[in-house]
Amino acid sequence: MNLMEHMGIEPGRLQFSWISSAESTKFVDVVKTVTASVKALGPNTNYKKQAVKVA
Amino acid sequence: MSGYQDKIKEAASRLLKEGSVDMVIGFRKGTLPMMNEPCFIRRSEDVHQLVWDSNCGINLANYLTDRKEKIAIVAKGCDSRNIVTHIIENKIKREKLHIIGVPCQGMVDKRKIISLFGEEILDVTENGDDLKIKFRGSEKSLKKNDVLQENCATCIHRNPVLFDELVGELVTEQTGVDRYADVNRVEALSPQEKWQYFEDLLSPCVRCYACRNACPLCYCPTCFVDESRPQWVGKSQDPVDIRTFHFLRAYHCAGRCTDCGACERACPVGIKVRQFTSKLNKDSFEMFGWEAGMTLDQRPPLDTYKPNDPNDFIK
Repeated sequence: MNLMEHMGIEPGRLQFSWISSAESTKFVDVVKTVTASVKALGPNTNYKKQAVKVA
Repeated sequence: MSGYQDKIKEAASRLLKEGSVDMVIGFRKGTLPMMNEPCFIRRSEDVHQLVWDSNCGINLANYLTDRKEKIAIVAKGCDSRNIVTHIIENKIKREKLHIIGVPCQGMVDKRKIISLFGEEILDVTENGDDLKIKFRGSEKSLKKNDVLQENCATCIHRNPVLFDELVGELVTEQTGVDRYADVNRVEALSPQEKWQYFEDLLSPCVRCYACRNACPLCYCPTCFVDESRPQWVGKSQDPVDIRTFHFLRAYHCAGRCTDCGACERACPVGIKVRQFTSKLNKDSFEMFGWEAGMTLDQRPPLDTYKPNDPNDFIK
């Protein structure tokens, strides 16, 4: 993750969690925070490939 | 340095004659100036080919992978650390090796030298710290320390860590060098600037995979970039695919890279490939106090578990 952020992925776009199958409430919380932080960052256009140019 | 060369020849000839090894891996003069090439000597008559100077930057550990015969190998500091890594990863057996340790005084960066002069360099000779560059009809001199490879200039492990014999006195290790100056500079940038920095860094990449082929860590029979079922990474020249190749390859070297600089040396377009692995080396050192290939007695941090492993990134 450190290298990903080192080469320019915004902090908050890549997240890791450890959630047990019994921790449904934690799962919901994590999904909510992840979606909120990614929405705040907006679409990741950096990783969009350019359409192939055909002459 | 030339003293090293005689000692290497003597050791190679002795080992081959007494039959304790089947092959000696070392360097011989290449066809271009400043381009020594690896060579495999099997007969004692051929040991005169062996050379040692400041152009032996290729990492010879790369040629040991899965070898079955008894081998004597010429190893400077970084080579010896990669040999340790090979032994730890079961790619070669310690008993199969006779390591001829060479206390290293740094290797020169031929690109730096070529970029200093406009004319074609015909020959480079050295005497201690002085390099003599020969052109057609003229001659110039340089100090070796001004044209060292970047990783050699900041190297703190010049002496071999594992050897059966040495060809010279151990050299004094450098102290007070900032090994992570480049990493720190990039770390200070904003995410957009970081992205742009690596975009510019990788823009000349032609995906020839020379960096991978020169790297002693990259010994997978089928590399993830060559696999097509499943296809892990796009094979195009798209900047996204190029970047994916470079950072994934770096991840495969995490906690294993000895910063030998073979990747950067091999790159035909001069990309600073070490910008990726340096960050991982810095992290390994800061998080686990780990430097790859220093000892046979310790497992690498990425294949062991410790209760106090840093895990702040897991939310």
